[in-house]
Amino acid sequence: MTQDEGMTGTDGTTAEGRTTTEDGTAAGGSTAAADGTTARAADGRAPSRRSLLGWGGAGLALGAVAAGGTAAALRTGGDAQPAGADATSRSAVAFHGRHQAGIASAVQDRLHFASFDVTTDDRDELIALLKEWTKAAARMTAGDTIGDGAVGGLAEAPPDDTGEALGLPPSRLTLTFGIGPTLFEKDGKDRFGIKARRPDALIDLPQFPGDNLDKTRSNGDLCVQACADDPQVAVHAIRNLARIGFGKVAIRWSQLGFGKTSSTTPDAQTPRNMFGFKDGTHNLAGTDTAALDRHVWVADGEAKGKESWMAGGSYLVARRIRMHIETWDRTSRKEQEDIFGRDKGEGAPAGRKHERDTPHLKSMLPTAHVRLAHPDSNGGIRILRRGYSFTDGTDGLGRLDAGLFFLAYQHDVRQGFVPLQKRLSANDALNEYIQHVGSAVFAVPPGVRNADDWWGRELFA
Amino acid sequence: MRAHRSSVVVALAAATAVTAVAGCAAKNDGKGGGKGAIEVTATDSSCELSAKEFPAGHVRFAVQNKGSQVTEVYVYAPGDRIVTERENIGPGTHAEITAEIKAGAYEVACKPGMKGHGIRQKVTASGKGAGAKRDPKLDAAVAAYRTYVQEQADQTLPAAQKFADAVKSGDVEAAKKAYALSRVGWERTEPVAESFGDIDPKVDVRADGVEKGQKWTGWHKLEKSLWEEKKISGDDKKLAGQLITDLKDWQKRVGKAEITPTSMANGAKELLDEVATGKVTGEEERYSHTDLVDFQGNVEGAEKAYELLKPVVGKNDPALAKELDKQFKAIRTLLDDNRDSKSADGFASYDTVGKDDRKKLSDGVNALAEPLSKLAAAVATTK
Repeated sequence: MTQDEGMTGTDGTTAEGRTTTEDGTAAGGSTAAADGTTARAADGRAPSRRSLLGWGGAGLALGAVAAGGTAAALRTGGDAQPAGADATSRSAVAFHGRHQAGIASAVQDRLHFASFDVTTDDRDELIALLKEWTKAAARMTAGDTIGDGAVGGLAEAPPDDTGEALGLPPSRLTLTFGIGPTLFEKDGKDRFGIKARRPDALIDLPQFPGDNLDKTRSNGDLCVQACADDPQVAVHAIRNLARIGFGKVAIRWSQLGFGKTSSTTPDAQTPRNMFGFKDGTHNLAGTDTAALDRHVWVADGEAKGKESWMAGGSYLVARRIRMHIETWDRTSRKEQEDIFGRDKGEGAPAGRKHERDTPHLKSMLPTAHVRLAHPDSNGGIRILRRGYSFTDGTDGLGRLDAGLFFLAYQHDVRQGFVPLQKRLSANDALNEYIQHVGSAVFAVPPGVRNADDWWGRELFA
Repeated sequence: MRAHRSSVVVALAAATAVTAVAGCAAKNDGKGGGKGAIEVTATDSSCELSAKEFPAGHVRFAVQNKGSQVTEVYVYAPGDRIVTERENIGPGTHAEITAEIKAGAYEVACKPGMKGHGIRQKVTASGKGAGAKRDPKLDAAVAAYRTYVQEQADQTLPAAQKFADAVKSGDVEAAKKAYALSRVGWERTEPVAESFGDIDPKVDVRADGVEKGQKWTGWHKLEKSLWEEKKISGDDKKLAGQLITDLKDWQKRVGKAEITPTSMANGAKELLDEVATGKVTGEEERYSHTDLVDFQGNVEGAEKAYELLKPVVGKNDPALAKELDKQFKAIRTLLDDNRDSKSADGFASYDTVGKDDRKKLSDGVNALAEPLSKLAAAVATTK
């Protein structure tokens, strides 16, 4: 499941140390803040956000402000900042950069993740689509409509943009694009003349014990991860990309997510998962460039020969993890806490007082989730998680169809997710309450550098 | 059967409104053909008019049949839409036809023997409000499409009759075999067929579409009896007769549907919408599972509309034409993958089509319908 304890507490980055954001964050956020705040209040969402900030502590406010690239502002005072934080959640994240946004970027509130099958066999057509997608993505992440817009154009024809994001701010939308193994080769066929360029790190994931994978929720030739603070903005983005893609690609499966289950801003309040536990306290920080370089980004030297196109990119593992909510809820608190290796209220590691105290692994059961997932139990392995909770109603048996949509980025799946999951799937006490039901792996190319660049250029050009 | 109005219906309503306005204006200024009727002299080989230009508004045609055969007279708007018509004008008799006619170009046709294209005369109704003249290629496309629609209605009747006869004779098996094939012409021209808001609910309504106080009649009621109840009741036999009566009404009126190049284009898209929402899910033919027959009919009808508009589309948006050619071909291939030579209608029963294949069909529909939604723009603008 999740890799908890991405780093030991002593490695934790402090708020004061984090004066810059990763390159995915736009400076333009402050513009949106100026006129945005009143509109936000008018639509009724601002008060709830403010109240959350009010009792949730300054942590969230600090994290959110920092995410907008206005870290300096937070020094002027914690509780005076909610309006600023609120405005930040409306702002735009830069689309262009060395790395794709949506990986190290401060995790947004909502997710729409889509996996696509490429239905065309025509390489040129695929390339044309990627260019068109990139153009649309750049516009949508900036808060613009695509094509002739949602209300322009001929009365007799459907508008280019579907329009449900009209009037909504950019909401920190990020669109992150990935390429699955089957784009390189499917049924023994080199589909687009790129088979020889499939990176070794883009493996087909092994079958893990306990996996019960539904193929209609697994794999895919391409993926787009849409994260935003407003679900409608994320859904709008995927919907419009799918629409542009009809005839060349078809959605294979998609997943909506809410309630981020880990943050890339280390001082933000750790969100709780659907089991009610704080999970992901020590995720990799989006601002810890050294750690990101070591664990998340494919280094120039690492991307050799056929893999050169992946320099600056990353590898994504997506897993749909169903949680057996009802049985969990009937489990005693003591057992729940033993299973995680944390207490439920504070989130402190076993035998410790505070959430961010350094975990003492030996105080935990050998099968405790945190103990098994901790870097110290895994030769220092770290991955960057940005998973989301999901609840897709009920499953026809009256059981909540809920769980964790796990998303993890790493520079090499063979050194990241695979050994971690091997350990967890074999031993984790949590396995009695969860089941992996969907799985996919993608190579996530480096960022789109400028307006002439496009998703996948390094691979196809 | 659709819950909402198709673009054809909307176009019809709009056209009626324009006509009414033109009529009022004509009356107000005291003109509009009020001086006297236009005389139409019909023979077995000619169709003479006393005037080929007249003011728009309330127009009267006084027809005299001097031929030896019974004749009929039609007034056609561009695209061969019937503005008004009078049948059964016997040799040596008079008849009067009246209509509200807005400014524009029309054709008057006499049809000795009451058949065929007729002997035609071009006429012009003058006055304000004449719309911009349409590309003659588009008028030709609309006229050809209307002919197609009429043919489909004409061909539906014998197929429906076969089905109705089987029902009336109480032969469940024969009725089942004839069922899907009796619907093909309707499915091919569904947006136009549905534009007759009184006929559609009688012949093609599904159980969930029956409104309060409405009696469930038509194809799907009989479908349920045949496949679900596996027997034919006395009431079903009556319904079979009613179905034929209603379809005859449709056949007779289909020429009056307002069809424009854009409604034709959007009608093609609507045919794919029908597939996307009703057929690909198996909802339309929930008892008989003959959805793929309807699917094929919808696609064929859409392709016909597209083929007729193609001379214009190919010029205005060649990339779109190329994409549509490709996607129509792809969907035909997909449909071919689901054929079953052993079934009465040639297609696999939809309940035997698995999830993966349904997904493929759905993807194919999206792949075709999305560019098809751009067809109207390609014919609405002249480059």
